[in-house]
Amino acid sequence: MIKSVKIKDRIEKSVLTYISVTAVFLVFFVMNMTGALSSKISGMLVPICVYVVMALSLNLTVGIMGELSLGHAGFMAVGAFTGTSVTMMLSDSVSNSAVRLIIGMVVGALFGALIGFLIGIPVLRLKGDYLAIVTLAFGEIIKSFFSNIYLGTENGSLRFSVLQNNLDLSEENGKIIIEGAMGIRSIPKTATFLIGYILVMICLAVIFNMIKSRTGRAIMACRDNRIAAESVGIPVFRYKITAFTISAAMAGAAGALFGNNYSSLVASKFNIDTSILILVFVVLGGQGNMLGSIIAAAALTVLPEALRSFADYRMLTYAIILILVMLATNNPQFRSFFEKLTGKLKKNGKEGGHES
Amino acid sequence: MKKVIALVMALAMVFSFAACGNESGSAETVKIGCTGPLTGPAAIYGQAVKNAAEIAVAEINAKGGVQFEFKMEDDSHDPEKAENAYNALKDWGMDVMMGTVTSAPAEVTAANAYADRYFYLTPSASSTNVTKGKDNVFQMCFTDPNQGSGAATYIAEHDLADNIAVIWKNDDSYSTGIRDTFVAKAAELGLNIVDEETFTDATATDFTVQIQKCQEAGADLVFLPMYYTPASLIFAQAETAGYNPTWFGVDGMDGILALEGFDTSLAEGVIVLTPYSADDTSEMNQNFVKAYQEKANDIPNQFAADAYDCIYAIYQAVEKAGVKAGMKNDEICTKMVEAFTTMSFDGLTGASMTWAADGTVSKSPNAVVIQEGTYVGL
Amino acid sequence: MSFLNYLVSGLSLGSIYAIIALGYTMVYGIAKMLNFAHGDVIMVGSYVCFFAMMRFELPPVIGVLLAVLVCTILGIIIEKLAYKPLRSAPSLAVLITAIGVSYFLQNSALLLWTSNPKVFNSIVGKGSVNIGALSISYVTLLTVGICVVIMIVLTTFINTTKMGKAMRAVSEDKGAAQLMGIDVNKTISMTFAIGSGLAAIAGVLLCSAYPTLMPTTGSMPGIKAFTAAVFGGIGSIPGAFLGGILLGVIENFAKAYISTEFSDAIVFGVLIIVLLVKPAGLLGKQVNEKV
Repeated sequence: MIKSVKIKDRIEKSVLTYISVTAVFLVFFVMNMTGALSSKISGMLVPICVYVVMALSLNLTVGIMGELSLGHAGFMAVGAFTGTSVTMMLSDSVSNSAVRLIIGMVVGALFGALIGFLIGIPVLRLKGDYLAIVTLAFGEIIKSFFSNIYLGTENGSLRFSVLQNNLDLSEENGKIIIEGAMGIRSIPKTATFLIGYILVMICLAVIFNMIKSRTGRAIMACRDNRIAAESVGIPVFRYKITAFTISAAMAGAAGALFGNNYSSLVASKFNIDTSILILVFVVLGGQGNMLGSIIAAAALTVLPEALRSFADYRMLTYAIILILVMLATNNPQFRSFFEKLTGKLKKNGKEGGHES
Repeated sequence: MKKVIALVMALAMVFSFAACGNESGSAETVKIGCTGPLTGPAAIYGQAVKNAAEIAVAEINAKGGVQFEFKMEDDSHDPEKAENAYNALKDWGMDVMMGTVTSAPAEVTAANAYADRYFYLTPSASSTNVTKGKDNVFQMCFTDPNQGSGAATYIAEHDLADNIAVIWKNDDSYSTGIRDTFVAKAAELGLNIVDEETFTDATATDFTVQIQKCQEAGADLVFLPMYYTPASLIFAQAETAGYNPTWFGVDGMDGILALEGFDTSLAEGVIVLTPYSADDTSEMNQNFVKAYQEKANDIPNQFAADAYDCIYAIYQAVEKAGVKAGMKNDEICTKMVEAFTTMSFDGLTGASMTWAADGTVSKSPNAVVIQEGTYVGL
Repeated sequence: MSFLNYLVSGLSLGSIYAIIALGYTMVYGIAKMLNFAHGDVIMVGSYVCFFAMMRFELPPVIGVLLAVLVCTILGIIIEKLAYKPLRSAPSLAVLITAIGVSYFLQNSALLLWTSNPKVFNSIVGKGSVNIGALSISYVTLLTVGICVVIMIVLTTFINTTKMGKAMRAVSEDKGAAQLMGIDVNKTISMTFAIGSGLAAIAGVLLCSAYPTLMPTTGSMPGIKAFTAAVFGGIGSIPGAFLGGILLGVIENFAKAYISTEFSDAIVFGVLIIVLLVKPAGLLGKQVNEKV
């Protein structure tokens, strides 16, 4: 009885999430089309989609699975470099930029999934902060790998070298793609808000279906009480690695979208700061709360830009807001105060509803 | 609960955006926009550019002719933030862009400025990719390849060393760019590179191993294509290790003598290939150094000098092209490009500089040597 | 001989990581939180010492004491304002708050002391002891010495004093400790005070050995030291010491004999292997779960 109510709640929640994301998308899409948005906002539409997907995918690990990951930017890097390399290689053979981007995102997701799977095997055997630090370590290793590789194409064949640029590409047929620390350059900007929105919706659908599925229930059972879950014979590890791989695949797709949105892509972007930033989205939005992640990711991506009028005090203000929001949402006194307030509002609202 | 707060925050932000939406270019001033790192580890370079550009703008406005307005947005040395900063400048109503301070973010803003038709002059983003294929993008500094091959040629011509080592920062495009061309040119000239060592942001404090390896390889000259902060550490740690080769730096090295607390005797004998030195005795430079010290309580470095020149070069081009405040940015762009490729400019960092259509500047680096805490021309 | 030189410089780097890691581990052991702002307290300590020595020309000892004092007070204030209200909140919320505090300290430093790097003069002066071809600088000797002293003092403190006992009790079980009449809040504040004081010492030594001081100076050593603390088994004081030293030595050997490009990757690779073999770090306690 209780269970069925819960599932019903969740379905409603997912529908609510789909509808609100679509509604916001439509408003901004139309405004963007008609030129009603300032360049600042229209330039941030794609990155917001990217960070929303990153937050959703990390929420799968942190919120649903209950494991702290500090290396999520690593998967984003995998997707960004593989996905963007593919779109660069296809720039001559595939003329439609949207098709090229989608191929890039699929490749980014596949590589993300592959690396996520390989890393997940050792990582998911650990627990708690040890798991967190190992994900951090893998993230840093991925970053330094992409800072040191060289990739180029010549007459349709791939050339690859590590540490030194030994590609010897010919002037007319060769094309360098990844140039070590300088990353990928002169990337045509093909990412669009529409594709970003589609990616967000796909990820939401995958996550909500997963939560409802056997895998999701098994993972959450394990999160809430691992020993109980294992004792009834749930193969916890298998389900966990599935979720971790899916999470990495989404991060890879988001990375590919990110890479194709800027003309230059460097590996140093995907450092621990980025991983932590995404974690902040998830914690602020509420672990396991997908709509919360979306709102937090969008709000915190916009916040530093909205604070530009503070000039020199911009990042200081950002830090203070971050601390205050964390205190406000997690301090028992604050919370009970707000709960009383919203409780009253809800009560009033419900009564109003009955009357009409 | 959290959702409610987050939602309120989000809404508040959207409104704050709406409030500062599109402003049309004001009719009185020509608006010059710039992006650069004002926070984060690279903030020092952005701050230098900001200070110097503000000095130049104030001087020009005091003349009473064309009036400039300057605004610098923070990009934290991050391509993604640079795009946001660029868009914020567009909303502000920028007419001309005085480029982006560092290379990787500059590649992003230059591509955008090319598409949107803003005239673009960067003080210090030296990567060739910034200007490549863009008719309206120009550089005030010379390019990375230019510096790398220039350094190799200088070393070969003056027969400075038998065995050369290179220490470079392999997660930085400035350092990597110079190192690549230096090594290529050195091979061509028959210079003997015995050792190459690298570091990254994460390992930019401890150089003892790199120094020791250079020492063991028997290098009598160490080429340092990097900015002066890591270089100051290398000098200090080499002294502790008792290693004293000839140090050879590029333009990023300028500024080392102004570091607060730096023991200048450590830099004794360091050769720097730079177009600017704060000790230059010309009247123009003396005035600039004085103004800079008043404003920032600091000695200007290469970045500051390039930024100061940028504003004056823009000023000269604006005068020449007859650009008026209130014109459309693409119209300004066309006029400025025409003026820029046909004019000759005298600044702090060089005399009679000219720009080629591909955006690169013609000026030659001068080698200076540090003696008793000041630069001495070679 | 070069091997010994690499070893010595590795020990020097490792000792600094170890002192920072001691601060991380103490706070983690007792408050069960990852204090990501620890690295930035180090930076504040270095600035205080720098200004005391360079601007006010005070002797180095006074500079160091002043730095310790300021950082201790700062640590207590941060704990009171930012972490104490979250005592009952989930640990992730505290982690994010700590990140907020870290941003706050970094950006305050940027505004107060500008982005221009300062060059820190070593508190013991330059110079080195030479034994054959092996040269050991004074700073290295001092760093390793202080690190060992701190480790011994801390262990004695935790094991013998009343406060130390209280700390151990709180780290074991907060609720039970409170029932036994231990002032948990005071104990945690004390832990932060000690941790931040150690951070000040670490900062002074860090900048004496690697003399550049910027608002971001503390962040990377902070992360490395955090890694070191986990490496040795987070919560364990000898573990943090061992982890720090090993991390420094491995990092330098990786740079010397394998590749400077991949030295970080190698350090993290070793960490991963160690944790896979010993999931609670080198000296960490493997806590058995209660069913």
